[in-house]
Amino acid sequence: MRAATARRITPFVWLLSAVAVLFTLTFGVSIGAVSLPALTVWSEISSNLFGTVSNSTSSESTIIWQLRLPRVLLAFVVGAMLASAGCAYQGTFRNPLADPYLLGVSAGAGLGATVAIFNGSGGNRLVLPLAAFVGALGAVFLTYSLGRSAIAGRSSTALVLAGVAVASLLTAIQTLLQQQNTDKIREIYAWVLGRLSTSGWNDLAIITPYILVCIVVLLRYRRVLDVFAVGDEEALTMGLPVARARGAIIVAASLGTAAAVAVTGLIGFVGIIVPHILRLIVGNSYRILLPLSVVYGGIFLVLADVLARTILAPQEISIGVVTALLGAPFFLFVLGTSKNGNVS
Amino acid sequence: MTSFKVRGLQVELERKTIVNNIDLEISVGQWVCIIGPNGAGKSSLLKALAGIIPSSGELMIDESNVRELSERDRACWIAYVAQEPIMPAGMRVFDYVLLGRTAHLKMLATESPKDLEIAHYVISELDLDQFIDRDVATLSGGERQRVAIARALAQASPIILLDEPTTALDVGYQQEVLELIDKLRNEKKIAVISTMHDLTVSGLYPDRLMLLAEGSVVVSGTAETVLTPENIAKHYGAKVTVINHESGPVVIPERNN
Repeated sequence: MRAATARRITPFVWLLSAVAVLFTLTFGVSIGAVSLPALTVWSEISSNLFGTVSNSTSSESTIIWQLRLPRVLLAFVVGAMLASAGCAYQGTFRNPLADPYLLGVSAGAGLGATVAIFNGSGGNRLVLPLAAFVGALGAVFLTYSLGRSAIAGRSSTALVLAGVAVASLLTAIQTLLQQQNTDKIREIYAWVLGRLSTSGWNDLAIITPYILVCIVVLLRYRRVLDVFAVGDEEALTMGLPVARARGAIIVAASLGTAAAVAVTGLIGFVGIIVPHILRLIVGNSYRILLPLSVVYGGIFLVLADVLARTILAPQEISIGVVTALLGAPFFLFVLGTSKNGNVS
Repeated sequence: MTSFKVRGLQVELERKTIVNNIDLEISVGQWVCIIGPNGAGKSSLLKALAGIIPSSGELMIDESNVRELSERDRACWIAYVAQEPIMPAGMRVFDYVLLGRTAHLKMLATESPKDLEIAHYVISELDLDQFIDRDVATLSGGERQRVAIARALAQASPIILLDEPTTALDVGYQQEVLELIDKLRNEKKIAVISTMHDLTVSGLYPDRLMLLAEGSVVVSGTAETVLTPENIAKHYGAKVTVINHESGPVVIPERNN
């Protein structure tokens, strides 16, 4: 009889995923108002990275290196972060509906951004993200301190409920501010729906270190997330310091999400849809789900962004609209065709 | 380990005393069973011992103070099987049993070949080989209990707490699970503390019974001394006949009319 081993991702799936990533990134850079052949894309990238001779024209070079590549990579990094944060929250709260915004990140970031926009910093590429970032982390901090003191940190439900309350409160404040100043609503709305347009590498450079660290931390908790599956009480008696582990997961997921949201606004759906589609295909073990969420969350958002800028070109659709338009039917399709059909 | 000593265990919940001044001493290889009417504090007592709910009082394993141990170290001494263990959908029996090794791993570590070997060993010892790839959520009640006990055995703790291990099971599975626990405590020198619902069954295997009422121990000792019609009438409010059978006292409820 063959001996069972712990769940892990097979080399075949890793290979498949690596190919999918390369293909998606190349595709994302190729497609746009001006279509570029994959070969040109790679020769340009190689010339920038390794100093080889590029066969692209100077305008192609600008499009690839200054416009599309940073945007595609930003989409990938943000998608990876949102999907892995959602996945980690679903695990630690044992709640299939958990998404990265569960503990109030979105409302906090929204309020921060609104305040910044009202103060005339809407166009400022440093102040707006910073305000959103601070708002997001402030909201999670508020949720965490309220939720913990409610039942002395013993119930994760208290934390989720505190998140709901904090989100409602901050959203109400945001709405109040908007009503005072209706001419900025359009600008706020654009932010809320998310956007990936960048001006070169700046945004990416600012958030990537945060996101990278957060993803690495979350990945290290992948076995712990499987332990959470038996519930807090049993996990505790099995030797898991439940409160401490959950705290670390929350810090990593919120910090990374806050960094992502600060630059791109609120992109919904990725954090729920990607992990659940993967669940239906590869099962419920976080040792597999979490790493794959990183990979396919990134791929999903790159593809969604390609659609966002091509469907109604030259007009761009908000990325948040696309993730929902694309994600919901696809999810329903996978749900309908899946054999095991269990999503929790 | 040789003995586990509990002195003056107290559990308070919302200013109400749920478990009151419990003393208990158990050595490896012994089985103590806690009985008592609904709401007497049986489950709370086990949860307090497992560290799930806060309590006060002295908990000593040999010379070491349980209250000073980390979650991990405590779990290396004490394993716990819930009344209805949560069986996560989509998790294989093997993965579930392997979770029992958590106490022996650093939090962020993954299992070593030795941990996998222990899981395999426990699974084959409990005759669960044919279930190894099964989804735990699809198991029947008796299979779930066995798999949960396998997880506790993989934890390799000398003390196992079992909350109502047989309540949801029909008589065949009940016997199977109880025989298994009895065999394991003898062979592996495990101290078993369980709660139990069925009075007759509680007299069959355990060495000692503790009758709990309103949080306090009212009688303790052998099945014969605890399971008397008087005790049961007083604390359960039930009229019963007790017949002394060779395997233990048989408790039969009487009809009123």
